Amino acid sequence: MSRFDETIVSLNQQLVNGETTAVQLVKDAIERIKALDGKYNAFITLNEEQALEQAKLSDEKGYSTDRPLQGIPLGIKDNIVTKDLKTTAASHILDNFVPIYDATVMEKLNAAGAITIGKLNLDEFAMGGSTETSYFGPTKNAWDTERVPGGSSGGSAAAVASGEVVAALGSDTGGSVRQPAAFNGIVGMKPTYGRVSRNGLIAFGSSLDQIGPMTRTVEDNAILLEAIAGVDEHDSTTGDVSVPHYLDTIKDGVKGMKIAVPREFFEEGTTEEVSAAVHKAIETLESLGATAEEVSLPHMRYGIPVYYIVASSEASSNLQRFDGIRYGYRADNVKDLEDLYVRSRSEGFGDEVKRRIMLGTFSLSSGFYDAYFNKAGKVRMVIAREFQSIFENYDLIMGPVTTTTAFKLGERTEDPVSMYMSDLLTVPVNLAGLPSIAVPGGFDSNGLPIGIQMIANHFQEETIYKAAYAFEQATDFHTRHPE
Amino acid sequence: MSSINAEQYKHIAALAKLAFPEEEVANNAHVFDDILKMVDQLDEVDTTDVPVLRSGIELKNVMRDDTPTPGLPRTELMKNVPTEKDGFIHVPAAFDESEDNA
Repeated sequence: MSRFDETIVSLNQQLVNGETTAVQLVKDAIERIKALDGKYNAFITLNEEQALEQAKLSDEKGYSTDRPLQGIPLGIKDNIVTKDLKTTAASHILDNFVPIYDATVMEKLNAAGAITIGKLNLDEFAMGGSTETSYFGPTKNAWDTERVPGGSSGGSAAAVASGEVVAALGSDTGGSVRQPAAFNGIVGMKPTYGRVSRNGLIAFGSSLDQIGPMTRTVEDNAILLEAIAGVDEHDSTTGDVSVPHYLDTIKDGVKGMKIAVPREFFEEGTTEEVSAAVHKAIETLESLGATAEEVSLPHMRYGIPVYYIVASSEASSNLQRFDGIRYGYRADNVKDLEDLYVRSRSEGFGDEVKRRIMLGTFSLSSGFYDAYFNKAGKVRMVIAREFQSIFENYDLIMGPVTTTTAFKLGERTEDPVSMYMSDLLTVPVNLAGLPSIAVPGGFDSNGLPIGIQMIANHFQEETIYKAAYAFEQATDFHTRHPE
Repeated sequence: MSSINAEQYKHIAALAKLAFPEEEVANNAHVFDDILKMVDQLDEVDTTDVPVLRSGIELKNVMRDDTPTPGLPRTELMKNVPTEKDGFIHVPAAFDESEDNA
């Protein structure tokens, strides 16, 4: 099989059959990344030595189909802390930071036997939609290196789509798993808020952030989510809700499933090619026994302004910890403590991060708090209620992930507002805390991937996986890969 | 509708413990205004009697037993400290102690 065709499931099968070893998989992955990453810049840090050690131990243990992740090399977005492995959030302010603990998701992946092959590029502190704000330079789209991979999990998406790794973890605050998954033709899940622990995820917007799996197939995605999900005493916002064994129901099909299609998903700049692909996807599920009806989410378009107030306010608070004292970049030749704070932050953060800290500080400041932070919280409620009223009558919402396919590098960097609009169709889902997936749904006339978005009610990831799997099995988009 | 001038921009920067080169302030304030214009669309939405939503799912207070557990070792905690002295984090003086300001 080519490097594009392997999956978690296929590699596990080969390990169980003794056709390969984890040491071999790690060596192959390192070789591929070294050969390819000059082109994509998906990786910030390679974990070569530790990964080989882990692989040896894994091979000694032996393999079974009950432990599908054991011995599989995975990429991890570099805003998820990894013990003794540099974690930068793609920022100058953390470019020398070596965490002293593992994020909860890393503890879970380690317990499942997965191997961390390296840390993946992102927009600085996950703030962006193109991976162009990274201190380590932009990642390139796996299908067209003149285009952005999306963001902020652009490194994760490009690494999976280009065949460097079979799967990766990303994080999604306003679309940062789904939008790059769509731009690179892979599967990306943003779980329900509270499904996956945020302990050890470098905080951006704490009421929105979720870690999610990015994979080549829906089945792999379900395997990876099951491994990282669950209540965690280190994150009091995790839901005390049991985690299903998703593979038990993933093949149940969509017969009788009621799908809602909000008309607003197809307005406000959604291209004809994207709209056509989504309508075709809906027809596919209808042909498999689902029913679909048009609905309305009239306040969806206010999602972007709500998001930029809420996420920036939370970020301005979260990023106060970067002060040059206990870890991270510290400015030289400072005159006093205040100067140390101001200069370390001003020299350590990039432009987009500073822009959002400024917006957040403004909206939380005396005199503007009610007009901005509280107003945004109220409109957030209006949007969340609209979603809830749809889920009273429907199982699933379908639409595009993005209004367009991947745009060119540099095209939107000079105009922050146009960059912000690239999250138009994903942001409302984070505001409402809902689970949502991006699955490959076709290609535009330039040969660029189009993503289909499927959204379910809180903690109903099972419904999403059933629909996404049925769609994937009925189509061949996931089998195509870049040159 | 809000709009901010260079002085207000510098005031917010001070609150955020950030500083910008003087020559960037005017343009930054202008970009900030563009973002505020986009955000001001929220005024179109009638939110009379709508409560504020702070989180996507209903959150309740989570309690746990107050059981002491060992913390991280000091040597680990000091690993990422930029400069240390006698086992403490070394930072510049918080107050100017020169004679003029004594």
